[in-house]
Amino acid sequence: MTRRVSISLMTAAAIAGAALFAPAYAQTTLRIAMTASDIPATVGQPDQGFEGNRFTGWTMYDALVMFDLSDPSKATPLVPGLATSWKVDDADKTKWIFTLRPGVKFHDGSDFDADAVVWNVNKVLDKTAPHFDARQVGVTLSRMPTLTAVRKIDAMTVEFTTNQPDSFFPINLTNLFMASPAQWEKVGKSWEKFAAAASGTGPWKMTRFAPRERLELARNMDYWNKDRVPKTERMVLLPIPEATARTAALLSGQVDWIEEPSPDAIAQLKSRGMQIVTNSTPHTWPWQFSVVEGSPFADVRVRKAANLAVDREGLKKLLADTMVPAVGSVSPTSPWWGNPGFQVKYDPEGAKKLLAEAGFSPAKPVSVKIQISASGSGQMQPLPMNEFIQQNLAEVGIKVDYDVVDWNTLFTNWRRGAKDASANGAHATNVSFATMDPFFAFVRFVDSRMVAPTSNNWGWVQSPDFDGLVAAARTTFDPTARDAALGKLHAKIVDDALFLFVAHSASPRAMTAKVKGYKQAQSWFQDFSPISMD
Amino acid sequence: MLFYALKRLIYVIPIAVAVGFVCFGLVHLAPGDPMSSIAPPDAPAAVIAELRAIYGFDQPLPVQFVKWLGRAATGDLGRSIATGRPVTDEVLKAVGNTLILAVGATLVGFTLGCLFGGVAGYFQGSWVDKLASSLAVAGVSVPHYWLGMVLVIIFSVQLNWLPAMGAGPGGSGEWAWDLEHLKYVLLPALTLSVIPMGFVTRTVRAVIAEILNHEFVAALRAKGLTDLGVFRHIVKNAAPTALAVMGLQLGYLLGGSILVETVFSWPGTGFLLNAAIFQRDLPLLQGAILVLALFFVMLNLIVDLAQTAIDPRIRRA
Repeated sequence: MTRRVSISLMTAAAIAGAALFAPAYAQTTLRIAMTASDIPATVGQPDQGFEGNRFTGWTMYDALVMFDLSDPSKATPLVPGLATSWKVDDADKTKWIFTLRPGVKFHDGSDFDADAVVWNVNKVLDKTAPHFDARQVGVTLSRMPTLTAVRKIDAMTVEFTTNQPDSFFPINLTNLFMASPAQWEKVGKSWEKFAAAASGTGPWKMTRFAPRERLELARNMDYWNKDRVPKTERMVLLPIPEATARTAALLSGQVDWIEEPSPDAIAQLKSRGMQIVTNSTPHTWPWQFSVVEGSPFADVRVRKAANLAVDREGLKKLLADTMVPAVGSVSPTSPWWGNPGFQVKYDPEGAKKLLAEAGFSPAKPVSVKIQISASGSGQMQPLPMNEFIQQNLAEVGIKVDYDVVDWNTLFTNWRRGAKDASANGAHATNVSFATMDPFFAFVRFVDSRMVAPTSNNWGWVQSPDFDGLVAAARTTFDPTARDAALGKLHAKIVDDALFLFVAHSASPRAMTAKVKGYKQAQSWFQDFSPISMD
Repeated sequence: MLFYALKRLIYVIPIAVAVGFVCFGLVHLAPGDPMSSIAPPDAPAAVIAELRAIYGFDQPLPVQFVKWLGRAATGDLGRSIATGRPVTDEVLKAVGNTLILAVGATLVGFTLGCLFGGVAGYFQGSWVDKLASSLAVAGVSVPHYWLGMVLVIIFSVQLNWLPAMGAGPGGSGEWAWDLEHLKYVLLPALTLSVIPMGFVTRTVRAVIAEILNHEFVAALRAKGLTDLGVFRHIVKNAAPTALAVMGLQLGYLLGGSILVETVFSWPGTGFLLNAAIFQRDLPLLQGAILVLALFFVMLNLIVDLAQTAIDPRIRRA
């Protein structure tokens, strides 16, 4: 047998093998590999962070208040969801009145009304309710910390009560999804059974649930918002926590879309014709400075110098464009941006000048210790990123040592504060966070009542100015004025350089060329309805 | 034999209790908060404290242990914090999936291990021995998650012959022993088989080489037995040691491989443990470890009994 014949036979065998073993898929099915290690909770209140909300919240369920995810060029404004309007009670600012959308039905055919809203709030508030579910408490109340009660006014009107006047409350309600009380009754009053036969009002209906393996959804042709009826017939969600496995699954044709490909894989994916989609996300990867006595970062000039020393564009290149350089806690497209006077940019000479003013020099460098993790949810690539920053800061005269701890330990320490022994003498901590709502984006870091261990004011920021700005924002109920007040708060955070602002995740996604019509919103949540498959 | 079996069975009880104590203790010693699986990491302290009370984590550890052990003794391992599903159901389903991989890896690993080890031991010093020994060393040395990734790159990404991940086109719930599903097993089972293959090869080779030096082998040859006849006697003498090693290896395979099952997204015990560890899902973690440890204990018991049946000298000892 000649060499040419041998090669031909091998090639023929390879093609035959490929044809025999190539996985089959339907043209109108979108298969997505998530980073989660399990299907996020399907009972209404998803777990596993905002990835859970993205895939089992916003798909099968709706909230009273939602985000407009249609325009990728701007931040996502609030829009009516299952409530058509809402307002704070003029006489008592701790009461919110919500008017509900008429004619909405759950997937099981039952009606959505005020009773359903009360039932969905009591599943996490009323411990005596038969449907109270402890598993849903943490993921719900954590996102709406001021909610204390709900009351039905009439069939299509409800009243919420908060423990203090709270203009952030409508934003918090984007995390409260409406599950069907009738379906819960029908499946035997069991949340475990409901999880396998979920019923919400969302644009996707559950068709199959295999724990830890797959969730299959079908489009809801009767969805109340006709503009968001999905173009794809089916969506299959697969938990694949390992980034390499997700990449292999995409390249071998087992899925059409993967979340968070590793930066190392981006070039290969592009070379194989995959689309890489990114956009700024309400996420911040910072160092949170300690301003306690003795910390070099207690001096605002040192904090500003550190911010001027980081080459964010260089870091972006290192991460294969999977980050957006941060110039504040939120991006300039956010309605809460404000107009900070301090410009976060790469200016090593400016950094050296500030350090000199603060009394430091090459002969007397600043020495700091930072607590970081080697991995973790939202932490992006913490080790290479911190090594890059370490080099940048060394160039201007800031000597950095790292205290590397387990991700869970770093998180636990975050609550304990810089004065606690767990900080191990660190002058900053490197915990990334979401900036979807004002409390989690700003308030918990600067309000003097939030110092550790109450919340995440790790650095012990205690200033009447910040407390005043927080109070003003929280009690301003006109949405435009509230956003302006939040802008002032954010501007002061940037002007005081309370963080080393480094990066926002660009939330990279890779997908085959067959996926059409996807526009990545500047959000943790995404709209899968406009997507079609070639 | 029956008395011996009963005696060994009774020994299992204190071992099981000790295993329960160790796995409960280790899980609670590890850093992290079990509430992290049901509350966002930045949840307010008051919410976390409330959840801790609801789940009983505010009680002293000894109280938690006694309650857990009492329930475990009746077969109730509690419910997963993260999913709310019964731990027993979760673990048994995962064990079933891992068993599929273990069967595949066992067939490949033990068959090749016995073959390579037998040939290498019988022809000690020859090129066949060197080749088999090299394969055995490679088998126990190569990081199997790396091997798994290489196999995926070749057979899934480049050639597109085999699936890169998963337990069947519709998941493990629709598992069937047909070609369509078996192709999902091939790569992870092959990856998992290299370590047992290496261990079995080395053990069988060493045992056979040692037995060949025994005087009874010379006596058998002097009596005029054929090579095959002599080999049969050697195999019978080598079997208890090989069985012991294979039992341990089978235990490891049934325990699942966190790395291999994660690389292939295979929903077995390794995948389950990985999720439980990252979510700090303590009931699931301690339940899964307990069940797997008891599997080990039972497998050792079965191997001991099998060894005793093959070689009565063990029972007398």
